[in-house]
Amino acid sequence: MLKILKYSFFDLIRSRWSIIYFLFYFITGMVLLYLSHDVSKAIVSLMNITFILTPLIGTIFGVMNFYNSREFIELLLAQPVPRKRIFLGMFLGISISLSLSLLLGMSLPFIIYGLFLSGQVMSLLILITSGVFLTFIFTALAFYIALVNENRLKGFGMAILVWLFMAFIYDGIFLLSLFLLQEYPIEKFAIAMSLFNPIDLSRILIMLKLDISALMGYTGAVFSKFFGNNSGMLISFLALTIWTVVPVLLILKKSFKKDF
Amino acid sequence: MIEIKEIRKSFGRLEVLKGFDFSLSEGKITAVLGPNGSGKTTLIKSILGLVIPSGGEIFFDGKPIYKDWEYRRRIGYLPQIAKFPENLKVKELFKLIEDIRGEKGNSEPLIERFSLDSFLNKKLRQLSGGTRQKVNIVLTFMFECPVYILDEPTTGLDPIALIRFKDLILERKEQGITFLVTTHIMNLVEELADELMFLLEGQVYFRGTHSEMKEAQQEENLERAIAKILEKEYAENS
Repeated sequence: MLKILKYSFFDLIRSRWSIIYFLFYFITGMVLLYLSHDVSKAIVSLMNITFILTPLIGTIFGVMNFYNSREFIELLLAQPVPRKRIFLGMFLGISISLSLSLLLGMSLPFIIYGLFLSGQVMSLLILITSGVFLTFIFTALAFYIALVNENRLKGFGMAILVWLFMAFIYDGIFLLSLFLLQEYPIEKFAIAMSLFNPIDLSRILIMLKLDISALMGYTGAVFSKFFGNNSGMLISFLALTIWTVVPVLLILKKSFKKDF
Repeated sequence: MIEIKEIRKSFGRLEVLKGFDFSLSEGKITAVLGPNGSGKTTLIKSILGLVIPSGGEIFFDGKPIYKDWEYRRRIGYLPQIAKFPENLKVKELFKLIEDIRGEKGNSEPLIERFSLDSFLNKKLRQLSGGTRQKVNIVLTFMFECPVYILDEPTTGLDPIALIRFKDLILERKEQGITFLVTTHIMNLVEELADELMFLLEGQVYFRGTHSEMKEAQQEENLERAIAKILEKEYAENS
């Protein structure tokens, strides 16, 4: 598996897209920091970009990489290597190289600006961690969708729809249901709803860490009660882990049955 | 060596392999013939575990291949269309496959045989169809296996490469290596194959030697014998 991971990783890291992706975060981070001169404001702005962009990039790279590597996959499948290792290796190769661009692109501007003096190390760490989680989650989802759909266009469309749903539509439904159910005690419902969307989950985590939950009104209050303490954090990270593991298991299950 | 029992495969409603038995004769070259869509490639891919049969069993050296992968170390596979990661250089591709298999291949004599020296540092996307096929051949034969499965091996080869390729196969056959080859080129079959297996609509229609085939169809030439079978089939279907 490591050999395939290594190949996939270096194949992507050498491509200019990884560099563009890194530069995007690097430049955005620099601009935000030097314009606002406020680390926590910069983190919030960066968060808004990250939580839309990271899943999108994971989705696009996951789908494209799978379809573009079809020949390579066929070549590998005829070699004495179990299927599990091929697909796990490829998935990890993409996710890790994307995460590396993210990690470097996000942390370098803050380190240059003087992160360690700002007392916001934890916030940035949570932002990067959830960005990495989102990369893994959406790459895995996209990989699975590509594995199921032989038709590239359909696979691509479906993966983008999943991203669109998680990044935008879900929030709309969430807000609408909170509005419609405002007469009832809906704390538990609201918390459960946010556990079912990794993007929301990440957003809440970082908001609470920055202590701006008051900006979120009633839900903010409920969430800060649930997520703010350590067990809330733990549950959220657990939920993100489940969000990562389940699509990977689906990939493995599907890969055993697929014909090439 | 390779034994197949009651193999079936359907893609959706389309039944490609309709349940037949087959065992590969050791040390011989068996040609799998049949019209397009008769199930040749599906059969080959099933043996390699690329396609998972809907029914029946496949054995390699007496052991079922299902969920096994080590057996593929003992099969050299030349796929029909040479498709590789386009950004790799030829020598990087050789290195990569050696790395993944965890064994050193003996590529130099083959590179020399097919005059690929000047292409080693070129990227795969820059290669012509015929050169890719040569790369494909080197990649398959650089590892020594007791069985080779070749799917349309001569596609795109020029006359010189073709002769060298045939010599390569005959040399390996001398060493007791077993071959399973699909092709539409009858000259190649007549020159190389010891046995024929004719697939028609997912069934084995005929199995035997050239002369048996010609005799059965009462034709002097193999190409005509096969054309006769197909014509009969078309007449029955229409």
